[in-house]
Amino acid sequence: MISLPPHAGPLERIWHYVFLLICVLVFGFLIAPLLVILPLSFNAEPYFTFTEGMLSLDPEAYSLRWYEALFDTNPNRENKWLEAIPNSLWIAACSTLLATALGTLAALGLSRSEMPFRNLIMGLLISPMIVPLIITAAGIFFFYARLNEYAELTGSFIGIVLAHTVLGTPFVVITVTATLIGFDQSLVRAGLMCGATPTRVFFKVVLPLILPGVISGALFAFVTSFDEIVVVLFVGSVEYQTIPRQMWAGIREEISPIILAVATLLICVSTLLMIAVEVLRRYNERQRGVTPG
Amino acid sequence: MGKDSTRQTGTDLDAKATSYGGDAIVRFERVQKSYDGVLLVVKDLDLEVQRGEFLTLLGPSGSGKTTVLMMLAGFETATHGGIFLKGEPINNVPPHKRGIGMVFQNYALFPHMTVFENLAFPLEVRRLAKGEIQEKVRRALEMVRLGGFENRRPGQLSGGQQQRVAVARALVFEPDLVLMDEPLGALDKNLREEMQYEIKHIHENLGVSMVYVTHDQSEALTMSNRIAVFNDGRIQQLAAPDDLYERPENAFVAQFIGENNRLSGRVSHLDGTSCAVDLDDGGGRVQALAVKVAGDRARTTLSLRPERVAINPEEGAFPNVFEARVQELIYLGDHIRTRVSLCGKDDFIIKVPNAQGHAMLREGEQVRVGWALEDCRALDA
Ligand SMILES: Nc1ncnc2c1ncn2[C@@H]1O[C@H](COP(=O)(O)OP(=O)(O)OP(=O)(O)O)[C@@H](O)[C@H]1O
Ligand SMILES: [Mg+2]
Repeated sequence: MISLPPHAGPLERIWHYVFLLICVLVFGFLIAPLLVILPLSFNAEPYFTFTEGMLSLDPEAYSLRWYEALFDTNPNRENKWLEAIPNSLWIAACSTLLATALGTLAALGLSRSEMPFRNLIMGLLISPMIVPLIITAAGIFFFYARLNEYAELTGSFIGIVLAHTVLGTPFVVITVTATLIGFDQSLVRAGLMCGATPTRVFFKVVLPLILPGVISGALFAFVTSFDEIVVVLFVGSVEYQTIPRQMWAGIREEISPIILAVATLLICVSTLLMIAVEVLRRYNERQRGVTPG
Repeated sequence: MGKDSTRQTGTDLDAKATSYGGDAIVRFERVQKSYDGVLLVVKDLDLEVQRGEFLTLLGPSGSGKTTVLMMLAGFETATHGGIFLKGEPINNVPPHKRGIGMVFQNYALFPHMTVFENLAFPLEVRRLAKGEIQEKVRRALEMVRLGGFENRRPGQLSGGQQQRVAVARALVFEPDLVLMDEPLGALDKNLREEMQYEIKHIHENLGVSMVYVTHDQSEALTMSNRIAVFNDGRIQQLAAPDDLYERPENAFVAQFIGENNRLSGRVSHLDGTSCAVDLDDGGGRVQALAVKVAGDRARTTLSLRPERVAINPEEGAFPNVFEARVQELIYLGDHIRTRVSLCGKDDFIIKVPNAQGHAMLREGEQVRVGWALEDCRALDA
């Protein structure tokens, strides 16, 4: 908590509390929409609003029906979620793996002083983050259409994975580049002088030390792919659903509170991921001996 | 001037070679290095490092010492010329295949590994058995007096301890050659001196060859078998520490190593190994050893160590005797640093030993000072 210095004047004191208030308001603005979803997903009625019963905390007004519907495996009722969830997970996992590998390698190359046209290449790699998504999506769509003679990329798993890799790579490049700024290059030389091959030095010395950057980049790439809809709308197909696309359809066509259950689950998963990364980062910092003990 | 000095150091080298077994572990042959293709950072380097030798590269900042070391380690390539390790050319051998140990200025210990893992790393790379690795790491840590620190991480060690681990890591796989680039630069004075002796003793006990870079002359004098004085990408002189101090071959070395009085003048009479020099502005005539003078009437710089000047010498003891006036006395414990004006120069320094019965001087006093012909070296202008 920021505390006031003892010599603060009355104006500074007022500003201090106004500042705290502003912070709380901004925080509330960001977090409120998420918090509202959590209780709504337990609504016993098929509405997107709080019912009388919910407000008076009547246990009858709450239920798990939307969660049950989400995981409904009865073959007689069609449940597109059961396809969308594994689809999304697979796409996110594969594109994260690709984006992490490519982005880390790119960052390593770009951090070397002898690399020519560094800024230009960096700009190109980052551009999917800056160019409006709809343009990237349209570009990918037309590009895939051209390629369709050779490989059916539109509407396929590989097509979406490749497109999401393009979107996720910039995050990895940025986080790993940032980590490499603090990386002592003489460690690489020390590793080589110990007789280790460059590959071994990378895996034993460089990678463990830049791992926090790699992991947070991977996390961004994962989330980017996981909640991406624009590209999926362009290059996906009706048969090939993902969670965001199913949510989109859920709102427009079915208006089913199942998407509230999905949203709650997504929030929980994201929170857990963030906590996992933070724990990992602290562990790594201790390993590096930044904070002794 | 460069050509002349390389020839002289060449003969010097041959003479020393026998005392280290005669075979060179490293040889630089006419090596040149330029980073930008225009400016030569290393110019025509010819250098041999003998087996078991402690060779120091000494020179001012920017003189090219690190560049030479980096070429030897394999992180920079020579623009011209050849580098040979145990007789084999290594221009095309990558650093990790050269089998050279190295200690870096900032230690470069792997921060995510324990001390044990740091030392085990070069051994694991060489696929040694587990038991053997443990034994070698234990011995290496004992050698640097860090037994019991195996499970610490570098971040939990003091600067001196980290440096010891770095030295141990460079030696643990028993290389024939170890490079050190200003390894003690980050340590405080006391610790630095302690480590100097420690590294020197390790070198004596193991018999490995060491190439050591520093810009600290006392460090170089303390530790080395031979010192190569670098300036402007060239070796100015390559000699044993005592030779370097007592018999500098040019004005740069005389100035760089130890304290030095400089008098400039013109050779008036050259007679074999000795010469007479007329000081500028009618300062008088000095008898000196002709070490590096271009010839009769050539300009020259006289170099004279402050401790080789006697105050009020006996009549006829020295060929060079001058009147001087004491300007300043600085008490330094073991000696008294005396600044006098002499031959028109008022920054002439004399070290008067603080021995019993030493000349008691007073500021403003008029004294006679004298020195031997051999102690006054006539060098290049
Ligand atoms: N990577 C590089 N690119 C361009 N020029 C360089 C590079 N490294 C060194 N130089 C130049 O080469 C010259 C010699 O540098 P070097 O590092 O060998 O000096 P040094 O004797 O080790 O000096 P110091 O005592 O300061 O470490 C300097 O003029 C330096 O500016
Ligand atoms: Mg250097």
